[in-house]
Formats: sequence, structure tokens, C-alpha cells
Amino acid sequence: MNGYGGSILRVNLTNGTVAKEPTPAEVARDFIGGRGFGIYFLLKEVPKGADPLGPDNKLIISSGPISGMLIPGGGKCDWTTKAPLTGGYASASMGGHFTAEMRYAGLDSIILEGISPKPVYLFIDDDKVELRDAADLWGKATFAVEKQFKEKLGEEYQVAVIGIGGENLVPYACINHDYGRQAGRGGVGAVMGSKKVKAIVLHGTKSVPVADKDAYRTGGMALYKACKDAEGLKEWTRYGTTIVVSWCDEVGALPTRNFSAGSYEDGKNLYGPVMREKIVITDKGCFGCPSPCGKYSRNKKYNSYVEGPEYETIGLMGSNLGIDDIEAVAQANLLCDDLGIDTISAGNAIGWAMECYEKGILTKKDTDGLDLKFGNVEATFMLIDKIAHREGIGALLAEGVKRAAKKVGKGSEKFAIQVKGMEQSAYATHNATAMLLAYMTCDVGAHHNRSWAITYDLQVGREKVVPEKVARVIWLQNFRPMFDVLGGCRLQWVELGIDRDLYVPALEAITGIHRSWEDLDKVGERIWNLTRLYWMRENEGFGREWDLPSPRFYEEPPKSGATKGQITSFEDVNTLLDMYYEQRGWTSDGQPKPETIESLGLKSVVA
Amino acid sequence: MRLYVDSAKCSGCNACRVACSLNLFGETNPKKSALVIEPQFPAPGVYKVSVCTQCGDCAAVCPTEAIKKDEQGAYYVEFAECNLCEACVPECPEEVMFVRSKLADTAWKCDLCGDCVAVCGTSALWIAEIETAAA
Repeated sequence: MNGYGGSILRVNLTNGTVAKEPTPAEVARDFIGGRGFGIYFLLKEVPKGADPLGPDNKLIISSGPISGMLIPGGGKCDWTTKAPLTGGYASASMGGHFTAEMRYAGLDSIILEGISPKPVYLFIDDDKVELRDAADLWGKATFAVEKQFKEKLGEEYQVAVIGIGGENLVPYACINHDYGRQAGRGGVGAVMGSKKVKAIVLHGTKSVPVADKDAYRTGGMALYKACKDAEGLKEWTRYGTTIVVSWCDEVGALPTRNFSAGSYEDGKNLYGPVMREKIVITDKGCFGCPSPCGKYSRNKKYNSYVEGPEYETIGLMGSNLGIDDIEAVAQANLLCDDLGIDTISAGNAIGWAMECYEKGILTKKDTDGLDLKFGNVEATFMLIDKIAHREGIGALLAEGVKRAAKKVGKGSEKFAIQVKGMEQSAYATHNATAMLLAYMTCDVGAHHNRSWAITYDLQVGREKVVPEKVARVIWLQNFRPMFDVLGGCRLQWVELGIDRDLYVPALEAITGIHRSWEDLDKVGERIWNLTRLYWMRENEGFGREWDLPSPRFYEEPPKSGATKGQITSFEDVNTLLDMYYEQRGWTSDGQPKPETIESLGLKSVVA
Repeated sequence: MRLYVDSAKCSGCNACRVACSLNLFGETNPKKSALVIEPQFPAPGVYKVSVCTQCGDCAAVCPTEAIKKDEQGAYYVEFAECNLCEACVPECPEEVMFVRSKLADTAWKCDLCGDCVAVCGTSALWIAEIETAAA
């Protein structure tokens, strides 16, 4: 099949067997790849009510038709599962070189099923697929395991590995790859850990077939030329995502002290140019990327090396904890990566604990004696370790802020910054209604990448609650995740501003199927509705309540910074949802109407 | 003319290797490219890139004279004339002369097509006149 590796690899861990089946043509036609394949297999194959950490859950790893191709940014891999963090849908996107290698091994998806009786790793070398004993790897940190495989097998092999967090089933454990790229959110690492799979080691030497070689080359070259000609290329590549730290600080979007404000008085010490000057040594790109956002750092203060920190980690492990030392943030980043936990959720959990401590809700008796004031770097490092090991107060924080706040109570629920149980990524949304709505309605919980709408807030008036904003959020939610479906990165469009129509002829030349962006946006809309139906299926009573943000954003105006005294009213929060549901064709409780399901052609999928 | 690289600018993305395989074989398969990127992580955290200098040492030992020189001074492999003897491989001082018989029934090397330069977003690669010791 043109544009595809051609096979789905099923790994039955319970029985220790592996089997390949041809990638179904109709699934490729309707769901294209990546997270499209993910939600399709999740809905079809994981039974209702499955325990996320039980044998019925599956971990679905998918590339897409532009992965590994001559297309800028074709290095994204989708990891879909039922999320241990939220009990709903999880889809984590991982950069690096893994997804390209899957394609060269002839694989479109790898589906991990069941639970292995003992620790194993999955070894794939073209058509050779084996489950191998991982007893000596269990308990090891991620970098050591990756290094061990690379030294033994060579740099052509790609490795995805869980850390101690994944082994200990921390619900926001991640999967590490390429010394610093992660499938980060929702607990995909815990699912891999529950299956007793320590690592996947992958090597492929096959070529990916395409429909029209000449048009593919022409289309791919045109995309690279557009990226290289883009005005912003040099600046973007110099700083990567850290380019937005100063902007967020100025507009009040930089999470500060557990999102109590959006500007940080010492934020300047965390800005992109400071980091570049102090610690960055190499620009590190994912597969095929002409504008590498990865900044690889040498941290002299801690005598360590780490990829990053990128913006989200600077926000959550820096300003959100009242830490203004970029080298300390980089070290916290390294500890999280090596132990295999998500920096965004961990930064939220620690920020929440620090606020509890400063308010007297948690005391030294609860914190294993740690002085959990904002700004305490050493305590932050210790908490990261405790979370991954579920030790002492780490066991509480490992549950995620929603469950932890429910246990602790005393009003701490109000400053547990999450939606649907997923901790919010690094945009403070006190007065940015489109971005707030984006977080409220995001399909995995409070994550930014489906609809990064905050620039639109600034453009049209941040406090406005108007249908145009809602329409913008919906368009972004339909369109941006299509890059995850195609197996590529959206940042060439977002940051370099290249014309998205340039992808159309290239994609057609690869797959032989013409799809305009209108067609692709429609696929995005179908997938968005399917993920909503998945949440409903798995959670009785799922509806509007689940879309509400942290009360911090409608009850507590910041006392300082660019958004001082600014808030979105609860009435406006509900108006946003009313407009959103109406435009989506959902009921006033946020459920897709039968006619919406029908008109999107989804009846057979959810039947 | 030859290809030059500044390894310090390489971000390891491999776009060059995809473009190379597409030019040499009409395939999307970086294992069949003529550039080598060696990631050195976690420390010292750099990429080491090897490219062909067009020195011609490979051509000098080829028993079938399958490695020829084109009008711009680039040595290329005439695939049909290669007998896979591998004599060229150890001669290459940069280790960018390839024989992987499972992947292709010919040796291959850089033919200076320039596609790698065209896709490199960090300007790590360029083509220029060969610098001589006298220059």
C-alpha cells in the first residue's frame, strides 16, 4: 500500500507471541494513520470499562504517511491508550527518530496487548520480532538503558524506554526516546510498565513505497524550500520553544507559583536568550526537521547533559515553582526524563504541594520533613525522585493533582490545576478565553497542543467571549491534530508559517489519494468526535462538569503581573461551553448529537 | 567541487540522508544514503557527520572501473558495472563508501547531486571548490 509500511504488529504479552497483519486499507483511507489509527483501534478493541493498567488495555503506537519521508518534520509517533491519569482517552505525541524507523521496518502500528508475566523488551529488526528478557534492565533509569542498547547494537537502532516511574505505574509516567524526547502525557509510560515492557528496540532497512516518485520529490523539496526561506527560521532555530518564555511573561501567560499569576518577577532569568547563552550546546532535531526546536544543554552547575528544557518545562519546573535558575530547571528536567515522569504533570503536582505547604494544608509531618516553600530547588529534586519511587509524600503526588487534592481536601481542590484529571500545561489562562476553552475541551485533558489559541486571544481581545473565538478553537482542534494523524510535526506551519496547502500534493504523491485540507479537517473533526464518544463510553455521567477548568481561572484574579486583577467569570465559562457545544453539534451537556454522529459518518465506527 | 559539512551545525535530523537515498536509488531509505551522521549522546552531545571529499581513492582501486568521474569532478558509481567486491570500502578515508549487499546489489557513494544541501535547514552542508593545500 503506497505511503504505508504495510503491517500492523500485534504483540501479545500474556502469551509471549507476536503476529503481523496487513494494515487495513479502509482504516488507512478513513483514519490515515497516527492518532487516527490510535482512536480507531482503541474504540474497536479495548473493551468498555477496561482497567487502564490491566490486561485488557492496549498501547497503540502508530506512525503516519509522512513519517520518515522527505517531508519536513516527519518524525512524530502517536501513543494511544486508555489513560491511567484520567480514565479517558490518551494520545501522546513523541518526536525523535522512532516513527521513521517503524516505517523502515514495515510497520504502521505496534499494538501491545495483555501483560507479560516478567519484564521483557521488544526487539524488532526488519522482519525479526522477539520478546526478550529484561530482568537486568528493570529498575534502571532511561538514559542508561538507551545507552546500553546503542553501545551494543549501534546508532541505527532506535530505543523507546520507560523509567522507574513507568515501572511503578505512576499515572503520569512517560516514555523516553533519543535521550530527551518523550511520549509524555496521560501515563502511556505507566501502561507500558503495567505490561512489563521495559523497552522497544527497533531497526529497519526497508524503503517506504510511494504512489508517484517524481511528484513526491518535487512536493517534498517545495516544503523544505518554504521552510528554509521562512523569515523566522533562524530565530526559531536558535531558541526553539523557549522563544515564547519572555512573551508569555509579558502577556501574563507564564504559570507562576502554581498558576496563581501569569507573570514572574524573576522571569527574565529563564528567558530563551539567557538559556542559550548559559547552557545550550547543540540544536537537536527530530527526524527530517529543518527547524529543530530541541536545544541540547550542558549543565556545568550540575555536571550533566540534558535535552532542553523546552518551554513547558521552564514554565512548570521554573516559574510555576518560583525557581528562577535555568540550570536548576534543566536539572529537574533531566531527573524527570531519566526517571520517566512527565515534567508538566510533575511540575503541577509539586506546585500544588508547595501551595498546600505555604497555606499550612500540608506541614513538615506530611512532607517527609521537606521545607516545601516555593523556590526550594533541592526539595524539588527530592520530590521528583519520591514521585517516581512513590515514596513518602511522593506516593500522594504521584496520583496527580486531582486525586491528591481529593485526598487532602481543605480547599486544595480549588488550586489543583487540571481538566479531566490531566494537569494543565504551561499557559496561565486567567484572562485568555479562547485558550481557556481550548484547555477545557481538549480531548486528553488540559493540554495545549490541540488548540494553541492564546495568540488569537491577544489578537481579537483576550476577554471577549464571542462565537468567532469558539470557531477558531474548533478549527484548530480539527486541524492541528491532523499532523499527529499524518505522523508529522505542526511547528513548521505554526512557527515558520509555511502554507499548509504545500502538504497536499506531497501527501497525494505518497499515498495516491488526493485529500484537500478541507477533507483533512473533516477527518480531524471525525476523530475529535470519536474521542469524545470514547470519554462518554468510559465514564458514566460524562458531560459539561468534566469540561470545567480549575476554579483558579474564574475565582482568583492574580495579585500581580500582566493579568493582575483579571479573571473570566463563571458565567462566561459556561457561555463559552454553550457556544462550543452548539457549534460542535453537541447537546447542552457536551455530548455529540445522533445527527452529528450520522453526518460525520461515524455510526458504524461506534456501533 | 565537493561537499563540505560543519558538524557543529548538524541537528541530526537525517533529512539529508532521505534526500540522498531518493537521489541515488529513487527510494526513501536513509540506510541507503552516502552521508553518515553519528550521534554522540548523552555526552558530549554533538553529531559527527562524515561526507565524501571526492578524493578518488575509491576509483583508484576499483577493479571493474565502475567508479567514474563526471564533468563537475564528482566520482560516482555506475551501478551496472559494480561487482560488489568491496575493494573500495576500506580505501575511503571518511568511511562513506558503502556496500550493503542486503540492501542493494551495488556499491554507492556521494555523486554530488546537492539534494542534501537543499534540504538542510541548519546550513550544515554546502558544496564548494575543493580546497588544496596550496590554496
